[in-house]
Amino acid sequence: MAKRRRGEGRRGVVIAVVSTVVVFTALGLAIVNAPGWPEVKAQFFDWNEFKSTFPDVLSAFWLNVKLFCIAEVFILPLALLLAIVRSLPGPVFFPLRVLSIAYTDFFRGVPTILVIVTLGFGAPALQLQGIPQSTTFWGVVSLVLVYTAYVSEVYRAGIESVHPSQSAAARSLGLNHLQSVWYVVVPQAVRRVIPPLLNDFIGLQKDTALVGILGAVEAFKQTQIDQAATFNFTSSICAALLFVAITIPLARFTDWLVARDRRRQFAGAPA
Amino acid sequence: MTEARATALVLEDVHKSFGSHEVLRGIDLAVDEHEVVCLIGASGSGKSTLLRCVNLLEPIDEGRIVVNGRDLTAPGVDVNEVRKGIGIVFQAFNLFPHMTVLRNVTLGPRKALGLSRAQAEAEALELLGRFGLADRGGDYPDRLSGGQQQRVAILRALAMRPKLLLLDEVTSALDPELVSEVLQLIRELAEGGMTMVVATHEMSFARDLADRVCFLDDGVILEEGRPEQIFSAPREQRTQQFLARIVAAGRL
Repeated sequence: MAKRRRGEGRRGVVIAVVSTVVVFTALGLAIVNAPGWPEVKAQFFDWNEFKSTFPDVLSAFWLNVKLFCIAEVFILPLALLLAIVRSLPGPVFFPLRVLSIAYTDFFRGVPTILVIVTLGFGAPALQLQGIPQSTTFWGVVSLVLVYTAYVSEVYRAGIESVHPSQSAAARSLGLNHLQSVWYVVVPQAVRRVIPPLLNDFIGLQKDTALVGILGAVEAFKQTQIDQAATFNFTSSICAALLFVAITIPLARFTDWLVARDRRRQFAGAPA
Repeated sequence: MTEARATALVLEDVHKSFGSHEVLRGIDLAVDEHEVVCLIGASGSGKSTLLRCVNLLEPIDEGRIVVNGRDLTAPGVDVNEVRKGIGIVFQAFNLFPHMTVLRNVTLGPRKALGLSRAQAEAEALELLGRFGLADRGGDYPDRLSGGQQQRVAILRALAMRPKLLLLDEVTSALDPELVSEVLQLIRELAEGGMTMVVATHEMSFARDLADRVCFLDDGVILEEGRPEQIFSAPREQRTQQFLARIVAAGRL
Protein backbone atom coordinates (compact mmCIF):
# COMPACT_ATOMS: atom_id res chain seq x y z
CA MET A 1 0.00 0.00 0.00
CA ALA A 2 2.72 2.42 1.05
CA LYS A 3 4.81 1.36 -1.92
CA ARG A 4 2.01 1.99 -4.35
CA ARG A 5 1.39 5.41 -2.90
CA ARG A 6 5.07 6.27 -3.25
CA GLY A 7 4.91 5.17 -6.91
CA GLU A 8 1.88 7.34 -7.48
CA GLY A 9 3.68 10.25 -5.83
CA ARG A 10 6.64 9.90 -8.20
CA ARG A 11 4.33 9.72 -11.19
CA GLY A 12 2.62 12.90 -9.97
CA VAL A 13 5.94 14.74 -9.80
CA VAL A 14 6.85 13.68 -13.33
CA ILE A 15 3.48 14.83 -14.68
CA ALA A 16 3.82 18.16 -12.89
CA VAL A 17 7.31 18.75 -14.29
CA VAL A 18 6.37 17.84 -17.84
CA SER A 19 3.20 19.91 -17.85
CA THR A 20 5.02 22.89 -16.33
CA VAL A 21 7.77 22.74 -18.94
CA VAL A 22 5.23 22.48 -21.77
CA VAL A 23 3.07 25.35 -20.53
CA PHE A 24 5.95 27.71 -19.80
CA THR A 25 7.71 26.94 -23.08
CA ALA A 26 4.51 27.61 -24.98
CA LEU A 27 4.01 30.88 -23.11
CA GLY A 28 7.61 31.92 -23.71
CA LEU A 29 7.42 31.14 -27.43
CA ALA A 30 4.10 32.95 -27.73
CA ILE A 31 5.60 36.07 -26.15
CA VAL A 32 8.87 36.04 -28.07
CA ASN A 33 7.14 35.46 -31.42
CA ALA A 34 4.41 38.01 -30.82
CA PRO A 35 4.43 40.98 -33.19
CA GLY A 36 6.12 43.95 -31.52
CA TRP A 37 8.18 41.80 -29.14
CA PRO A 38 11.53 43.22 -30.40
CA GLU A 39 10.31 46.74 -29.62
CA VAL A 40 9.06 45.69 -26.15
CA LYS A 41 12.33 43.93 -25.47
CA ALA A 42 14.40 46.93 -26.47
CA GLN A 43 12.24 49.28 -24.38
CA PHE A 44 11.98 47.24 -21.15
CA PHE A 45 14.40 44.32 -21.20
CA ASP A 46 17.62 45.71 -22.67
CA TRP A 47 20.46 43.74 -21.10
CA ASN A 48 23.14 46.41 -21.64
CA GLU A 49 20.83 49.04 -20.24
CA PHE A 50 20.15 46.75 -17.28
CA LYS A 51 23.84 46.36 -16.57
CA SER A 52 24.51 50.07 -16.74
CA THR A 53 21.54 51.25 -14.62
CA PHE A 54 21.35 48.48 -12.02
CA PRO A 55 24.19 49.79 -9.78
CA ASP A 56 22.60 53.25 -9.63
CA VAL A 57 19.15 51.90 -8.89
CA LEU A 58 20.55 49.52 -6.29
CA SER A 59 22.34 52.26 -4.39
CA ALA A 60 19.24 54.46 -4.60
CA PHE A 61 17.15 51.54 -3.34
CA TRP A 62 19.24 51.54 -0.20
CA LEU A 63 17.46 54.79 0.68
CA ASN A 64 14.08 53.04 0.32
CA VAL A 65 15.28 50.36 2.71
CA LYS A 66 16.31 52.96 5.25
CA LEU A 67 13.03 54.84 4.84
CA PHE A 68 10.74 51.85 5.41
CA CYS A 69 12.82 50.45 8.25
CA ILE A 70 12.83 53.77 10.11
CA ALA A 71 9.11 54.30 9.42
CA GLU A 72 8.14 50.77 10.52
CA VAL A 73 10.02 51.17 13.81
CA PHE A 74 7.69 54.05 14.64
CA ILE A 75 4.54 52.65 13.04
CA LEU A 76 4.33 49.34 14.91
CA PRO A 77 4.34 50.74 18.49
CA LEU A 78 2.36 53.90 17.66
CA ALA A 79 -0.36 51.91 15.92
CA LEU A 80 -0.58 49.49 18.84
CA LEU A 81 -0.87 52.42 21.24
CA LEU A 82 -3.64 53.88 19.09
CA ALA A 83 -5.52 50.57 19.03
CA ILE A 84 -5.18 50.13 22.81
CA VAL A 85 -6.38 53.69 23.44
CA ARG A 86 -9.41 52.95 21.30
CA SER A 87 -10.19 49.91 23.46
CA LEU A 88 -10.05 51.77 26.79
CA PRO A 89 -13.32 51.33 28.66
CA GLY A 90 -15.32 53.83 30.63
CA PRO A 91 -16.60 57.37 30.17
CA VAL A 92 -13.34 59.00 31.37
CA PHE A 93 -11.53 57.89 28.23
CA PHE A 94 -14.28 58.99 25.85
CA PRO A 95 -12.27 61.95 24.46
CA LEU A 96 -9.22 59.74 23.88
CA ARG A 97 -11.34 57.17 22.08
CA VAL A 98 -12.83 59.91 19.90
CA LEU A 99 -9.36 61.25 19.08
CA SER A 100 -8.14 57.79 18.16
CA ILE A 101 -11.14 57.17 15.88
CA ALA A 102 -10.84 60.61 14.26
CA TYR A 103 -7.14 60.08 13.60
CA THR A 104 -7.71 56.72 11.96
CA ASP A 105 -10.65 57.93 9.90
CA PHE A 106 -8.68 60.90 8.63
CA PHE A 107 -5.32 59.39 7.78
CA ARG A 108 -6.81 56.24 6.33
CA GLY A 109 -9.07 58.29 4.12
CA VAL A 110 -6.57 60.80 2.70
CA PRO A 111 -4.42 59.78 -0.28
CA THR A 112 -0.86 59.08 0.85
CA ILE A 113 0.60 61.19 -1.92
CA LEU A 114 -1.42 64.17 -0.71
CA VAL A 115 -0.03 63.87 2.81
CA ILE A 116 3.51 63.45 1.49
CA VAL A 117 3.34 66.48 -0.79
CA THR A 118 1.57 68.65 1.77
CA LEU A 119 3.96 67.89 4.63
CA GLY A 120 7.07 67.34 2.53
CA PHE A 121 6.88 70.68 0.75
CA GLY A 122 4.66 72.53 3.22
CA ALA A 123 6.33 71.89 6.58
CA PRO A 124 9.86 73.00 5.57
CA ALA A 125 8.35 76.04 3.87
CA LEU A 126 7.12 77.23 7.27
CA GLN A 127 10.75 78.08 8.12
CA LEU A 128 9.93 77.63 11.79
CA GLN A 129 12.77 77.28 14.21
CA GLY A 130 13.33 73.75 15.48
CA ILE A 131 11.38 72.20 12.62
CA PRO A 132 13.52 70.03 10.34
CA GLN A 133 13.99 71.39 6.83
CA SER A 134 14.64 68.03 5.20
CA THR A 135 11.88 67.05 2.79
CA THR A 136 12.85 63.39 3.24
CA PHE A 137 12.32 63.71 6.98
CA TRP A 138 8.79 64.93 6.32
CA GLY A 139 8.27 62.19 3.78
CA VAL A 140 8.97 59.62 6.49
CA VAL A 141 6.70 61.48 8.92
CA SER A 142 3.91 61.31 6.33
CA LEU A 143 4.37 57.58 5.84
CA VAL A 144 4.32 57.06 9.61
CA LEU A 145 1.13 59.11 9.95
CA VAL A 146 -0.71 57.24 7.20
CA TYR A 147 0.47 53.73 7.98
CA THR A 148 -0.09 54.10 11.71
CA ALA A 149 -3.77 54.56 10.87
CA TYR A 150 -3.88 51.42 8.74
CA VAL A 151 -1.89 49.28 11.13
CA SER A 152 -3.88 50.37 14.17
CA GLU A 153 -6.98 48.99 12.49
CA VAL A 154 -5.19 45.70 11.94
CA TYR A 155 -4.26 45.57 15.63
CA ARG A 156 -7.81 46.49 16.59
CA ALA A 157 -9.22 43.62 14.54
CA GLY A 158 -6.82 41.32 16.39
CA ILE A 159 -7.71 42.71 19.81
CA GLU A 160 -11.42 42.35 19.15
CA SER A 161 -10.97 38.78 17.97
CA VAL A 162 -9.71 37.66 21.39
CA HIS A 163 -12.67 36.25 23.29
CA PRO A 164 -13.84 38.41 26.23
CA SER A 165 -13.49 35.38 28.52
CA GLN A 166 -9.72 35.84 28.22
CA SER A 167 -9.77 39.33 29.70
CA ALA A 168 -12.38 38.17 32.23
CA ALA A 169 -9.93 35.48 33.36
CA ALA A 170 -7.11 38.02 33.56
CA ARG A 171 -9.22 40.57 35.44
CA SER A 172 -10.43 37.88 37.84
CA LEU A 173 -6.78 37.37 38.85
CA GLY A 174 -6.66 40.99 39.94
CA LEU A 175 -4.86 42.34 36.89
CA ASN A 176 -5.99 45.84 35.95
CA HIS A 177 -7.34 46.66 32.50
CA LEU A 178 -4.01 47.66 30.99
CA GLN A 179 -2.23 44.63 32.46
CA SER A 180 -4.86 42.29 31.07
CA VAL A 181 -4.61 43.97 27.66
CA TRP A 182 -0.82 43.91 27.66
CA TYR A 183 -0.13 40.42 29.00
CA VAL A 184 -3.17 38.48 27.80
CA VAL A 185 -5.02 40.17 24.94
CA VAL A 186 -2.27 41.84 22.89
CA PRO A 187 0.06 38.81 22.64
CA GLN A 188 -2.80 36.71 21.28
CA ALA A 189 -4.04 39.52 19.05
CA VAL A 190 -0.63 40.18 17.50
CA ARG A 191 -0.11 36.50 16.70
CA ARG A 192 -3.39 36.47 14.82
CA VAL A 193 -2.70 39.56 12.72
CA ILE A 194 0.88 38.90 11.66
CA PRO A 195 -0.12 38.19 8.01
CA PRO A 196 -2.06 41.47 7.59
CA LEU A 197 0.72 43.32 9.45
CA LEU A 198 3.14 41.99 6.87
CA ASN A 199 0.71 43.12 4.18
CA ASP A 200 0.87 46.67 5.43
CA PHE A 201 4.64 46.49 5.82
CA ILE A 202 4.95 45.54 2.16
CA GLY A 203 2.57 48.36 1.27
CA LEU A 204 4.83 50.72 3.19
CA GLN A 205 7.92 49.44 1.38
CA LYS A 206 6.33 50.23 -1.95
CA ASP A 207 5.04 53.61 -0.84
CA THR A 208 8.55 54.77 0.05
CA ALA A 209 8.76 55.38 -3.71
CA LEU A 210 6.39 58.31 -3.14
CA VAL A 211 9.11 60.08 -1.15
CA GLY A 212 10.97 60.38 -4.47
CA ILE A 213 8.42 63.02 -5.46
CA LEU A 214 9.97 65.30 -2.83
CA GLY A 215 13.34 65.05 -4.58
CA ALA A 216 15.11 62.37 -2.58
CA VAL A 217 16.89 60.01 -4.97
CA GLU A 218 15.41 56.68 -4.05
CA ALA A 219 14.94 53.81 -6.47
CA PHE A 220 11.90 55.20 -8.29
CA LYS A 221 13.44 58.67 -8.64
CA GLN A 222 16.64 57.07 -9.95
CA THR A 223 14.70 55.20 -12.65
CA GLN A 224 13.13 58.47 -13.72
CA ILE A 225 16.55 60.07 -13.97
CA ASP A 226 17.81 57.14 -16.06
CA GLN A 227 14.75 57.20 -18.28
CA ALA A 228 15.05 60.94 -18.87
CA ALA A 229 18.58 60.34 -20.18
CA THR A 230 18.02 57.22 -22.28
CA PHE A 231 14.27 57.00 -22.99
CA ASN A 232 14.59 53.35 -21.97
CA PHE A 233 12.50 51.76 -19.24
CA THR A 234 14.73 48.84 -18.31
CA SER A 235 15.67 50.67 -15.12
CA SER A 236 12.04 50.32 -14.00
CA ILE A 237 12.46 46.57 -14.20
CA CYS A 238 15.60 46.88 -12.05
CA ALA A 239 13.61 48.73 -9.39
CA ALA A 240 10.72 46.27 -9.59
CA LEU A 241 13.08 43.33 -9.09
CA LEU A 242 14.66 44.98 -6.07
CA PHE A 243 11.31 45.61 -4.38
CA VAL A 244 10.17 42.06 -5.01
CA ALA A 245 13.55 40.70 -3.86
CA ILE A 246 12.85 42.20 -0.45
CA THR A 247 9.22 41.17 -0.06
CA ILE A 248 9.45 37.51 -1.05
CA PRO A 249 12.03 36.41 1.55
CA LEU A 250 10.24 38.52 4.13
CA ALA A 251 6.96 36.76 3.40
CA ARG A 252 8.57 33.31 3.66
CA PHE A 253 10.34 34.28 6.88
CA THR A 254 7.06 35.47 8.42
CA ASP A 255 5.30 32.26 7.36
CA TRP A 256 8.05 30.30 9.05
CA LEU A 257 7.77 32.36 12.26
CA VAL A 258 4.01 31.90 12.42
CA ALA A 259 4.25 28.17 11.74
CA ARG A 260 6.90 27.72 14.44
CA ASP A 261 4.73 29.55 16.96
CA ARG A 262 1.68 27.48 16.06
CA ARG A 263 3.64 24.23 16.42
CA ARG A 264 4.71 25.27 19.91
CA GLN A 265 1.31 26.39 21.05
CA PHE A 266 -1.16 23.97 19.52
CA ALA A 267 -1.29 20.23 19.75
CA GLY A 268 -1.96 18.65 16.38
CA ALA A 269 -0.55 21.55 14.35
CA PRO A 270 1.19 20.21 11.24
CA ALA A 271 4.90 19.81 11.90
CA MET B 1 -23.18 24.51 62.91
CA THR B 2 -23.01 25.55 66.49
CA GLU B 3 -19.43 26.80 66.49
CA ALA B 4 -19.01 30.51 65.88
CA ARG B 5 -17.52 31.16 62.48
CA ALA B 6 -16.60 34.36 60.75
CA THR B 7 -18.70 35.20 57.74
CA ALA B 8 -16.77 35.09 54.46
CA LEU B 9 -19.45 36.27 52.07
CA VAL B 10 -22.77 38.03 52.44
CA LEU B 11 -25.19 38.83 49.65
CA GLU B 12 -28.14 41.06 50.46
CA ASP B 13 -31.03 41.42 48.07
CA VAL B 14 -28.82 41.28 44.97
CA HIS B 15 -30.53 42.14 41.70
CA LYS B 16 -29.07 41.92 38.23
CA SER B 17 -30.65 42.41 34.81
CA PHE B 18 -29.39 41.92 31.30
CA GLY B 19 -31.50 44.32 29.29
CA SER B 20 -35.09 43.76 30.30
CA HIS B 21 -34.40 40.24 31.58
CA GLU B 22 -33.91 40.12 35.34
CA VAL B 23 -31.49 37.24 35.97
CA LEU B 24 -31.09 37.73 39.72
CA ARG B 25 -34.24 38.82 41.51
CA GLY B 26 -33.19 39.38 45.09
CA ILE B 27 -30.51 36.96 46.26
CA ASP B 28 -29.77 36.69 49.99
CA LEU B 29 -26.95 34.40 51.00
CA ALA B 30 -24.39 34.21 53.79
CA VAL B 31 -21.36 31.92 53.56
CA ASP B 32 -19.19 31.21 56.60
CA GLU B 33 -15.45 30.81 56.48
CA HIS B 34 -14.42 27.26 55.56
CA GLU B 35 -17.92 26.52 54.37
CA VAL B 36 -18.68 24.89 51.02
CA VAL B 37 -21.93 26.04 49.48
CA CYS B 38 -23.22 24.39 46.33
CA LEU B 39 -25.57 26.19 44.00
CA ILE B 40 -27.84 23.89 42.03
CA GLY B 41 -30.60 24.69 39.60
CA ALA B 42 -31.52 24.54 35.95
CA SER B 43 -29.52 26.29 33.25
CA GLY B 44 -30.48 29.94 33.23
CA SER B 45 -31.47 29.98 36.88
CA GLY B 46 -28.72 32.54 37.60
CA LYS B 47 -25.95 30.41 39.13
CA SER B 48 -23.17 31.66 36.87
CA THR B 49 -24.34 35.24 36.97
CA LEU B 50 -24.38 35.10 40.75
CA LEU B 51 -20.74 33.98 40.85
CA ARG B 52 -19.67 36.56 38.28
CA CYS B 53 -21.35 39.27 40.32
CA VAL B 54 -19.47 38.24 43.48
CA ASN B 55 -16.21 38.68 41.57
CA LEU B 56 -17.46 42.01 40.15
CA LEU B 57 -17.10 40.69 36.61
CA GLU B 58 -20.71 41.82 36.31
CA PRO B 59 -21.85 44.99 38.06
CA ILE B 60 -25.01 44.47 40.10
CA ASP B 61 -28.05 46.71 39.82
CA GLU B 62 -29.19 46.62 43.41
CA GLY B 63 -28.21 45.13 46.75
CA ARG B 64 -25.00 44.61 48.65
CA ILE B 65 -22.09 42.14 48.46
CA VAL B 66 -19.75 41.88 51.43
CA VAL B 67 -16.61 39.74 51.31
CA ASN B 68 -14.57 39.27 54.49
CA GLY B 69 -16.26 42.28 56.02
CA ARG B 70 -15.60 44.50 53.03
CA ASP B 71 -18.50 45.99 51.09
CA LEU B 72 -17.66 45.42 47.42
CA THR B 73 -20.63 47.39 46.25
CA ALA B 74 -19.72 50.60 48.09
CA PRO B 75 -18.70 53.42 45.78
CA GLY B 76 -14.97 53.84 45.18
CA VAL B 77 -14.04 50.23 45.85
CA ASP B 78 -10.87 49.15 44.03
CA VAL B 79 -12.13 46.19 42.03
CA ASN B 80 -8.60 44.96 41.36
CA GLU B 81 -7.89 44.77 45.12
CA VAL B 82 -11.17 42.93 45.68
CA ARG B 83 -10.50 40.36 42.97
CA LYS B 84 -7.09 39.48 44.37
CA GLY B 85 -8.82 37.88 47.35
CA ILE B 86 -11.49 36.03 45.35
CA GLY B 87 -10.61 33.23 42.99
CA ILE B 88 -12.97 32.20 40.20
CA VAL B 89 -12.73 29.19 37.92
CA PHE B 90 -14.77 29.06 34.73
CA GLN B 91 -16.57 26.29 32.92
CA ALA B 92 -14.42 26.73 29.81
CA PHE B 93 -11.11 26.91 31.78
CA ASN B 94 -10.12 30.20 30.11
CA LEU B 95 -6.45 29.41 30.36
CA PHE B 96 -4.18 31.76 28.44
CA PRO B 97 -3.31 29.73 25.32
CA HIS B 98 -0.14 31.68 24.49
CA MET B 99 1.46 31.01 27.87
CA THR B 100 2.92 27.85 29.33
CA VAL B 101 1.22 26.30 32.34
CA LEU B 102 3.84 27.85 34.62
CA ARG B 103 3.29 31.32 33.18
CA ASN B 104 -0.48 30.90 33.45
CA VAL B 105 -0.13 30.14 37.14
CA THR B 106 2.45 32.85 37.89
CA LEU B 107 0.87 35.73 35.93
CA GLY B 108 -1.46 36.82 38.74
CA PRO B 109 1.06 36.55 41.59
CA ARG B 110 3.70 38.40 39.56
CA LYS B 111 1.62 41.19 38.07
CA ALA B 112 -1.19 41.65 40.58
CA LEU B 113 0.57 40.70 43.82
CA GLY B 114 3.98 41.97 42.74
CA LEU B 115 5.90 38.80 43.62
CA SER B 116 9.32 38.33 42.08
CA ARG B 117 9.50 35.88 39.21
CA ALA B 118 11.63 33.48 41.21
CA GLN B 119 9.27 33.45 44.16
CA ALA B 120 6.13 33.16 42.02
CA GLU B 121 7.64 30.26 40.08
CA ALA B 122 8.78 28.49 43.23
CA GLU B 123 5.29 28.72 44.68
CA ALA B 124 3.66 27.68 41.42
CA LEU B 125 5.92 24.66 41.03
CA GLU B 126 5.16 23.64 44.61
CA LEU B 127 1.44 23.95 43.86
CA LEU B 128 1.68 22.05 40.56
CA GLY B 129 3.71 19.34 42.27
CA ARG B 130 1.22 18.96 45.10
CA PHE B 131 -1.58 18.29 42.62
CA GLY B 132 0.26 15.99 40.24
CA LEU B 133 1.10 18.47 37.51
CA ALA B 134 4.79 18.92 38.29
CA ASP B 135 5.98 17.85 34.85
CA ARG B 136 3.46 20.04 33.00
CA GLY B 137 4.86 23.46 33.84
CA GLY B 138 6.53 23.94 30.47
CA ASP B 139 3.58 22.78 28.37
CA TYR B 140 1.12 25.00 26.56
CA PRO B 141 -2.52 24.46 27.63
CA ASP B 142 -3.51 22.94 24.29
CA ARG B 143 -1.17 20.02 24.97
CA LEU B 144 -3.10 19.10 28.12
CA SER B 145 -6.25 17.05 28.56
CA GLY B 146 -9.40 18.89 29.57
CA GLY B 147 -9.11 17.61 33.12
CA GLN B 148 -5.53 18.77 33.38
CA GLN B 149 -6.45 22.15 31.92
CA GLN B 150 -9.19 22.65 34.46
CA ARG B 151 -6.89 21.60 37.30
CA VAL B 152 -4.36 24.16 36.07
CA ALA B 153 -7.13 26.77 35.98
CA ILE B 154 -8.00 25.96 39.61
CA LEU B 155 -4.34 26.17 40.63
CA ARG B 156 -4.03 29.47 38.76
CA ALA B 157 -6.80 30.82 40.99
CA LEU B 158 -5.25 29.24 44.10
CA ALA B 159 -1.85 30.79 43.38
CA MET B 160 -3.38 34.14 44.35
CA ARG B 161 -4.04 32.69 47.85
CA PRO B 162 -7.71 33.65 47.73
CA LYS B 163 -9.88 33.66 50.85
CA LEU B 164 -12.87 32.67 48.75
CA LEU B 165 -13.03 30.42 45.71
CA LEU B 166 -15.89 30.51 43.22
CA LEU B 167 -16.30 27.51 40.93
CA ASP B 168 -18.60 27.96 37.96
CA GLU B 169 -19.68 24.58 36.53
CA VAL B 170 -16.04 23.56 36.38
CA THR B 171 -16.73 20.01 35.22
CA SER B 172 -19.45 20.73 32.67
CA ALA B 173 -17.09 21.00 29.71
CA LEU B 174 -15.21 17.81 30.55
CA ASP B 175 -15.48 14.30 29.20
CA PRO B 176 -17.07 12.08 31.87
CA GLU B 177 -13.87 10.15 32.58
CA LEU B 178 -12.01 13.39 33.30
CA VAL B 179 -14.52 14.74 35.79
CA SER B 180 -13.29 12.77 38.77
CA GLU B 181 -9.72 14.15 38.77
CA VAL B 182 -11.10 17.68 38.96
CA LEU B 183 -13.61 16.78 41.65
CA GLN B 184 -10.84 15.10 43.64
CA LEU B 185 -8.84 18.32 43.58
CA ILE B 186 -11.85 20.31 44.77
CA ARG B 187 -12.46 17.76 47.52
CA GLU B 188 -8.89 18.21 48.73
CA LEU B 189 -9.38 21.97 48.81
CA ALA B 190 -12.58 21.59 50.79
CA GLU B 191 -10.86 19.32 53.27
CA GLY B 192 -8.12 21.94 53.55
CA GLY B 193 -10.73 24.42 54.70
CA MET B 194 -11.11 26.55 51.57
CA THR B 195 -14.29 28.61 51.53
CA MET B 196 -16.08 27.80 48.31
CA VAL B 197 -19.22 28.64 46.42
CA VAL B 198 -19.73 26.01 43.76
CA ALA B 199 -22.25 26.13 40.94
CA THR B 200 -22.60 22.54 39.78
CA HIS B 201 -24.61 19.95 37.93
CA GLU B 202 -22.78 17.15 39.76
CA MET B 203 -25.43 16.30 42.32
CA SER B 204 -23.59 13.45 43.99
CA PHE B 205 -20.62 15.77 44.40
CA ALA B 206 -22.86 18.41 45.97
CA ARG B 207 -24.37 15.79 48.25
CA ASP B 208 -20.97 14.51 49.42
CA LEU B 209 -19.10 17.73 49.75
CA ALA B 210 -21.42 20.63 50.43
CA ASP B 211 -22.09 21.96 53.88
CA ARG B 212 -25.12 23.60 52.38
CA VAL B 213 -27.00 23.35 49.11
CA CYS B 214 -28.94 26.23 47.59
CA PHE B 215 -31.53 25.63 44.90
CA LEU B 216 -31.77 28.55 42.53
CA ASP B 217 -34.89 28.97 40.52
CA ASP B 218 -35.64 31.89 38.25
CA GLY B 219 -33.19 34.26 39.94
CA VAL B 220 -33.98 33.57 43.59
CA ILE B 221 -32.74 31.03 46.13
CA LEU B 222 -35.93 29.05 46.46
CA GLU B 223 -34.70 26.57 49.00
CA GLU B 224 -31.52 25.98 50.95
CA GLY B 225 -30.42 23.48 53.56
CA ARG B 226 -28.12 20.61 54.43
CA PRO B 227 -27.55 18.36 51.42
CA GLU B 228 -29.33 15.40 53.10
CA GLN B 229 -32.42 17.52 53.49
CA ILE B 230 -32.39 19.03 50.00
CA PHE B 231 -31.73 15.78 48.18
CA SER B 232 -33.92 13.48 50.35
CA ALA B 233 -36.75 15.70 51.48
CA PRO B 234 -36.99 18.87 49.41
CA ARG B 235 -39.81 21.08 50.65
CA GLU B 236 -40.51 23.16 47.57
CA GLN B 237 -42.40 21.69 44.66
CA ARG B 238 -39.98 23.29 42.13
CA THR B 239 -37.02 21.65 43.89
CA GLN B 240 -38.80 18.31 43.78
CA GLN B 241 -39.46 18.72 40.05
CA PHE B 242 -35.84 19.70 39.35
CA LEU B 243 -34.45 16.75 41.30
CA ALA B 244 -36.94 14.39 39.66
CA ARG B 245 -35.63 15.49 36.26
CA ILE B 246 -32.04 14.96 37.44
CA VAL B 247 -32.90 11.47 38.68
CA ALA B 248 -34.68 10.68 35.41
CA ALA B 249 -31.54 11.76 33.55
CA GLY B 250 -29.52 9.35 35.70
CA ARG B 251 -27.42 12.11 37.22
CA LEU B 252 -28.15 11.39 40.89
